[in-house]
Amino acid sequence: MKAIVCVKQVPDTSGKVAVNPDGTLNRASMAAIINPDDKSALEAALQLKDNTGCEVVVVTMGPPPAEGMLRELLAMGADRAVLVSAREFGGSDTYATSQILAAAINKIGLESDDVVFCGRQAIDGDTAQVGPQIAEKLHLPQITYVAGVEKVEAGKVVCRRELEDGYMMIETATPCVLTCLKEMNEARYMSVSGIMECYAKPMEVFNYETLKDDPLIQIDTIGLKGSPTNIFKSFTPPQKGVGMMMEGADKATCAKLAGILAGKHII
Amino acid sequence: MATFNNTNLADFKGVWVFCEQRAGVLMPTDFELISEGRKLADELGVELCGLLLGDNVEGLAKELGGYGADKVLVCESPLLKDYTTDAYTKVICDVIMEQKPEIFLIGASNIGRDLGPRCAARLHTGLTADCTHLDVDVNKYINFLKESSTLDLSTQKFDMEDRNLKMTRPAFGGHLMATIICPRFRPCMSTVRPGVMKKAEFDQAKADACQIVKPAFTLTEDDCKTKVLEIVKATKELVDLTGAEVVVSVGRGISKDVEKGIALAHELADVLGGVVGGSRATVDAGWLSADHQVGQTGKTVHPRIYVALGISGAIQHKAGMQDSECIIAVNKACNAPIFECADYAIEGDLFKVVPMLIEEFKAAKAGK
Repeated sequence: MKAIVCVKQVPDTSGKVAVNPDGTLNRASMAAIINPDDKSALEAALQLKDNTGCEVVVVTMGPPPAEGMLRELLAMGADRAVLVSAREFGGSDTYATSQILAAAINKIGLESDDVVFCGRQAIDGDTAQVGPQIAEKLHLPQITYVAGVEKVEAGKVVCRRELEDGYMMIETATPCVLTCLKEMNEARYMSVSGIMECYAKPMEVFNYETLKDDPLIQIDTIGLKGSPTNIFKSFTPPQKGVGMMMEGADKATCAKLAGILAGKHII
Repeated sequence: MATFNNTNLADFKGVWVFCEQRAGVLMPTDFELISEGRKLADELGVELCGLLLGDNVEGLAKELGGYGADKVLVCESPLLKDYTTDAYTKVICDVIMEQKPEIFLIGASNIGRDLGPRCAARLHTGLTADCTHLDVDVNKYINFLKESSTLDLSTQKFDMEDRNLKMTRPAFGGHLMATIICPRFRPCMSTVRPGVMKKAEFDQAKADACQIVKPAFTLTEDDCKTKVLEIVKATKELVDLTGAEVVVSVGRGISKDVEKGIALAHELADVLGGVVGGSRATVDAGWLSADHQVGQTGKTVHPRIYVALGISGAIQHKAGMQDSECIIAVNKACNAPIFECADYAIEGDLFKVVPMLIEEFKAAKAGK
């Protein structure tokens, strides 16, 4: 049994997000972190390892510096790391990204009792699309918005899936894809011995050459050219002006405020 | 080269909306999306279809007509009673490839965000997540940019013949907006953020005129690899401050009647769907526990709405909340520094103002 965890390195958007004058994101001003939902996905996989002794493989697609993040994940307890990195993969939208990651998972090798863990969504793109799209490309069942892995036994997984107004218990067959919520657990820290050992653990790089024989990897399904969606325009919303001092403090004032907020879809 | 059967754009026509139902009840987002879909269908001069899956749900379909659907496609099967990715994706993708709509909209609920990417991957098409604005017509899109962007439009070139769906969504916590297109594949898919699109007036005549069509589809037990064991409806658990969408905070201004002040904050937070926070003064005084504290030594929050009641707005407090999207302040002192960062400010006694706010917010929300 094996747990494959897909992880993304993202800019930390929880604090102030800096935007360049031309409307693009100033990535240099933000720290690169492990995407929070993905960190919980890794923790869920590590808990499965604690219980069953399964192998945990972490995989990320990104530029070469993402190797640093993979070392961190190894120090937390992952057994093996794969960096998917090639110029041909750059500019991918979620569709193309999932094609490439699915091909990478094929290369790692998916067996009948394996589980693929992803985060629900990355904090930079906020799309929540890559996990389900990987599942579709690999013809696997999926459970998204996982708030708890209740049971993993021979060929079967039961998860608690969050809804806006409650939750569902879902059972599915392995191999399968789970996308995890950061609220599901508290990710563990790297241990000192883990940090010492992480440099001796296997780190593989999959480039275009490694994956090009997979049927999923074709010039019209990967990278910028293979992405169905394109950015048409990007822009910054107008800067917040000086606030509005409401006249008076009576019922009419409150009604006016409620009207403005409702009009702007704030409430 | 791979071959795709959805690249001949002229084959695809019509706007479709996935109409989500849970336990046989339509979701409010369905009406928002049908209303928005109506606008797009009119811009394109095509038909608007609702797509409704479930078991014994035909009776719900006419209501969708009242908000603008020309036609509702109803797919019924006991296997479609509760949402499962496998069953819904199979039926939807089969019907889409059969009937070839140009645009397919899905509400960005936890279910819609599970379904959308799965369908887009199977159909080999593009999907834009959590859209807040949609246009086909270029003139309308330019007008939208005039109001909502800092772009210098005199330097921008537009092709007035462009009939692609222009899908605009916030990125990076709303600091950047992106308009996305899907020019080469169909259908063009989009999940739409709930609560953003305006619901049209319900029209009984249109509801009566709405056509119900039951497309043929095949679905067997073998197509369903996931099984719903149970569905549990929960009353909302207490959300923590940092993750909350709405925070209503109280400060020293409630000292006149602490209990009532806190009760009012809770009541307002309930109306807006949020949680209660407080300034350091309220925590030091023992009125609220420390996990409610917003500020430099407390928690940093950036909710959609922050309401500051009786908070003067010391820099230590502002440090914890000034990135909130919309700040509403109620304070007796007109020179309170909180007014400098507030989007909307009311100068007055919170004990008098808040009950009126609660009433008016309730009314505004009910009127939506």
